[in-house]
Order: sequence, then structure tokens, then C-alpha cells
Amino acid sequence: MSLISYVINGISLGSVYAIIALGYSMVYGIAKMLNFAHGDVIMVGGFVVYTMASGLGINPILSILCSMAFCTVLGMTIERIAYRPLRNAASSLAVLITAIGVSYFLQNIALIIYGSSPKAFTSVVTIPSLKLADGALTISGETIVTIVACIIIMVVLMLFINKTKAGQAMLAVSEDKGAAALMGINVNGTIALTFAIGSALAAIAGVLLCSAYPSLSPYTGAMPGIKAFVAAVFGGIGSIPGALIGGILLGLIEILSKAYISSQLSDAIVFAVLIVVLLVKPTGILGKQIQEKV
Amino acid sequence: MKTMKKVMSLVLVSVLTLSMMVGCGNTETAATTWKIGGIGPVTGDASVYGQAVKNGMELAINEINEAGGISGVQIEYNFQDDECDNEKSVNAYNALKDWGMNILVGSVTSGCCIAVTAETAKDNMFQLTPSGSSVDCIINDNVFQVCFTDPNQGIGAAQYIGANGLATKVAVIYNSSDVYSTGIYEKFNAEAANQDFEIVSTSAFTNDSKSDFTVQLQQAKDAGAELVFLPIYAQEASLILTQAAAMDFAPTFFGCDGLDGILAIENFDPSLAEGVILLTPFVADAEDEMTQNFVSKYVESYGETPNQFAADAYDAVYTIKAAIEASGATPADGISGICDKMTGAMTTISVDGLTGTGMTWAATGEVAKEPKAMVIVNGEYTNLQ
Repeated sequence: MSLISYVINGISLGSVYAIIALGYSMVYGIAKMLNFAHGDVIMVGGFVVYTMASGLGINPILSILCSMAFCTVLGMTIERIAYRPLRNAASSLAVLITAIGVSYFLQNIALIIYGSSPKAFTSVVTIPSLKLADGALTISGETIVTIVACIIIMVVLMLFINKTKAGQAMLAVSEDKGAAALMGINVNGTIALTFAIGSALAAIAGVLLCSAYPSLSPYTGAMPGIKAFVAAVFGGIGSIPGALIGGILLGLIEILSKAYISSQLSDAIVFAVLIVVLLVKPTGILGKQIQEKV
Repeated sequence: MKTMKKVMSLVLVSVLTLSMMVGCGNTETAATTWKIGGIGPVTGDASVYGQAVKNGMELAINEINEAGGISGVQIEYNFQDDECDNEKSVNAYNALKDWGMNILVGSVTSGCCIAVTAETAKDNMFQLTPSGSSVDCIINDNVFQVCFTDPNQGIGAAQYIGANGLATKVAVIYNSSDVYSTGIYEKFNAEAANQDFEIVSTSAFTNDSKSDFTVQLQQAKDAGAELVFLPIYAQEASLILTQAAAMDFAPTFFGCDGLDGILAIENFDPSLAEGVILLTPFVADAEDEMTQNFVSKYVESYGETPNQFAADAYDAVYTIKAAIEASGATPADGISGICDKMTGAMTTISVDGLTGTGMTWAATGEVAKEPKAMVIVNGEYTNLQ
């Protein structure tokens, strides 16, 4: 019975990683850059909901929608101000360093506004926990909501990319930016849209993360951000189903190694598995082999 | 325009005169006041403790100054933030030395305290930590503790659980990357062998994985633990309590002084902490006059009920006063001179404080006093004995 409980918790944790990993993966697939500030957008999303729901007593659902809107605008602003001017810079490292800078900028803004003492986040999930097998197995409402939210997001996102014009434009830009521009696709607009979607997802991930682990500080997004980045690489960066698989696997490995091997070594095991996977399959589980043109 | 110029020159002249006076003041006070510095986390994960220590010290120093100072010498006070970071704690120490500190109260957390201890030993600066409870905090002769050492807390906790028959099956969740937590755990584990209960599950976490505790709780639950021992800080404990409630696991949670302050976490639901027992030397609802006086002043000044850390800090300042009076040290003795006189006096004094009556110190720096058990009832700390 405890194995089932570990697996469910692992899938739940993995679902959060997967939602965050989507943001990394989409941005990498389309703009070919690593947006290290993504983890901190999660934290911002958490703080917006905390301020509205716990501070001002606004309806949680409305708070989440506002948080998504806020993060969308924030993501697009970051892209416009910090990344776009550097996109054609001589070194692709420039954007990477800027992303790290944005990450620290967001953390420090939150530090100034909220201080660094952690806040207890009131869960927005009101579903009661599910009891199975005479109480031997309890699945919390947060776990259920997280897993369901992850599935819905994946399905909607796949439909969006494969069935809509904007989604097709994204695919085209990720294949070949230059050719897409020649075909009349607004490359800058498409990249901005990617950031908008990624950041809105980050807001949702932030709320789910803080509901399951109810502590919020300016550094809340940092570690999950890194883990989700690992999940994205694990599943094959640039691939949406890859992000899902990578996230869930990572969550499962983390929880199961904690349970059966060592509760202190779980992070070391997670990263060791990453190294092994990359040695065997350098592009990740679902990653595409890209031929470098010489 | 003319008047403007006049006003300006007047302002300039007065500023100059004032700055001269300030200059004079500085050179004079350097020899005629005690400069007590404090270091602790006023922001960050452990800010509950640093803030409490800062307030407790301030209260005691204001009281002493109002009553005429230590043997007629006034105290100046400066508290620096270290965000519970070892390196920042050492930086804070250097900043305080530049300020002219004679005596250090700090650091508040064990890890930082150990880092700073290495520096104070070099300078032979008298150091009294209100709450750095690791034995490594007091390895040097110039350092003394107001709180219990971690081994004492671990042994005390195991004996209390055994003697009061709180449980027969005990689980432990501790932070393996934290010296405070590991120190208590090791002694608890050793002492448990002599007690009438069994440790059925031991699990750890690290600073990089301190958000998900479902696995550790599930292990404790599967092992049938009736009591979960948490030798950890309040922030992680608040997460553990929330996650245990979500999975319908309701054992008795038992902690040490690190859990004190859990009710002060912003937006924390106090009903989750209902029934949590902690060993700590200070209870805010104690009946004695000294505690009641302290608590009412503290609430008036800072708007919250003081925790054990505030009381430790308050006692630290009065201990320094007692040691200075017993040794006859003066600010003119210089840092090293003050330290030599005070370390000699520490083993001879006995202090009646908030956290214990008749507190005495061994030359090792360890304090002798009695722990008290408290239980959280209706969101308030209540005396269990």
C-alpha cells in the first residue's frame, strides 16, 4: 500500500515538474535559448495568488486567473526588454547570462517587496482528500488536482500546436526561423506568444507547487526550476510529450529513491540518472537528432 | 536671494559645528560605554529566531540603561543580519568590529555561530551565544552558551518521552545537512537505547530537498509510529505538519527549541500545530513576576508574544552584566582584556533569568539549567508540567 502511495506522490510531484518543464522546453524549441528566469516566474505567480487570496481575500479562482494574466504580461515584457534585443547578438551566451540576470532580478524584487521570511501559503484546493482501503491510502486533494491539471494542460497544448494556425507557426519557427520568416510568419510575435504561454503555465505551476508544499519565499522557484530543467533535458528538450515523460519520471525517481534507497541521496540519484540517460541518449528520451550543418 | 545665502551659510556653519561635536562624542564614548554587538538572521528562513533575539537584547539593554547601566556605564547596541548564512555571519562580525564592539552576543543559529567562533577566538573577543546550541559553538574558551547544548537537548528529549510514557514507537525526521538537527538526533538515538521506547523509523532530508516530506511521513506511518520526533527548525516543521494532516497521519509531534516560533510563521494555520510538544526552557505564560514583566513589555514593544529565543537573548544580556560586575572589567581594558576577565568570572556567577533560575556555567561554556516541556493548545504555548 505504501508503494502505491509513493507512486501517486511521485506522479504528483512529477506533474508539477512537467508543467514547469513545458515552459523550458517550448522556449528552447522555438527560441533556442534557456530561459533560466522561468523558475522565478513560478515564484511570482505564487506571490500574486498569495497576495490576492490570503492578503486581500479575493476568490482563489479569480486570483489564479489574475496571476496567469500577470505572469503572461511579465513573461512577454522580459522577452521584449531582456531577450529580444540580444537574440541576434554575436554570442548565444549573451542571452543565457541575461536570463540568469533576470532570475536574480526577480528574486531580489520579491525580497524587497515581501522580505525573505517564508510565508505559509493557504492551499487553493478545496477538494477533500480521497481515502481508499479503509484509510490505509490517503490521496490529498492537491495531488488529484495537480495530476488532472497536468493532463488537461498537455492535451490542450498538443491540440493548440497541431490544430491552430498560431501553433503551426510555432512549429515552423522551431524548424527554421529564417524560412518561417520568408513564408510570412511573424517570428518575433510567435516567440512572444511562446513566452506568454510558458509564463501562464508557470503561474499555474506556482499555485500547484505552493498548494502541495505550502511555503512561499523569494527562492521557492529556484530548486523546482532546476529540477524541471533537468526534466526537460531528460525527456528531450524541445519536445512537449518529452517534458511530460521527463517530469513524471523525475518525480517518480526522486520519491522512490527517497523511499527505498536514501532520503538524503535522492537529489544525487536524480542527477546521476540524468547523466546516465544523456550518456546513452544525448538528446534525451524523446529528443530529435539534429544534424549540425557545416 | 541675500537671505537665501545667509540661511545657507548658517546651515553650513551649524552642520560643521555639529560634525565637530559628533567627532568629539565618538572619541569620548569609545572608552566610556560598553559596545555590545549582536548577530543573527533578521531576514530569511530563520528570521523568526534572529528577530526574537534582536528584540530580547534590545529590551534588556534598554532596561539596564534606564536603570543606570552596568556599574554606571551605559551600553550601546548594534545588531547585524546574517540571513542564517555562515559567510554573511562572519562579515557581520567584521562590520561590528569596525563599529568598535567589545562583547558579542551571537550568532543565533549553530552553523553561523561556529563560523564566527573561529574569528572571535583569533581576536579573543568575549562571545555569548543565546541560542547556538551545537557543542562546536563552544569549543573555544572565549565562548559561552545561554541555551542547552544539542546533546543535552537530544538526551533530555529521549528521557522526557521515556519517563512520561508518551509513546512506545517513535519515528525521527531530521535534517542531515544541518549541524543543529544532526547533533540532537545522534544523542537522542543513543539515549533512546536506555529508554522504554523503540525508534521504528529514521529518515532525513537535506536543505535542497526540504519541501516534500510525504515519503518520510509515509515511512513513519507505515512503521506505526505514535510519536514523531522533529529535531528541526519551525519552517520545515510547518510543512511536515501540513503534509501529515493532508495524509491523515496524526501522531504526537515532539520537538526541541527549534520548533519554538512555529506559531509566528506568517499565515500559518495554528490548528495544525495543536498538541505539538516541545522542550524549551522558557514558557511565556509562566506565573513568576519576572516572566510576566518581560512578556508584557515585549508585547507592548513588538506586538507579539516572545518565544524562547527572545528570553535567551534577554538572559544573555543580563549574564553579561553579571559577568562584568563580578570581574570588574571596564571598556578601557580592551577587547582581549575584557574577555580574559569575563571568562574568569563566568564560572563563578549564578544568574536568575527567564530561562532558568540559578543558571551556572562550566569553563567549557556549557550552561546548567532545567528544561521545561510545553504543549501547543488553541494556538498558545502552555506549560505541560
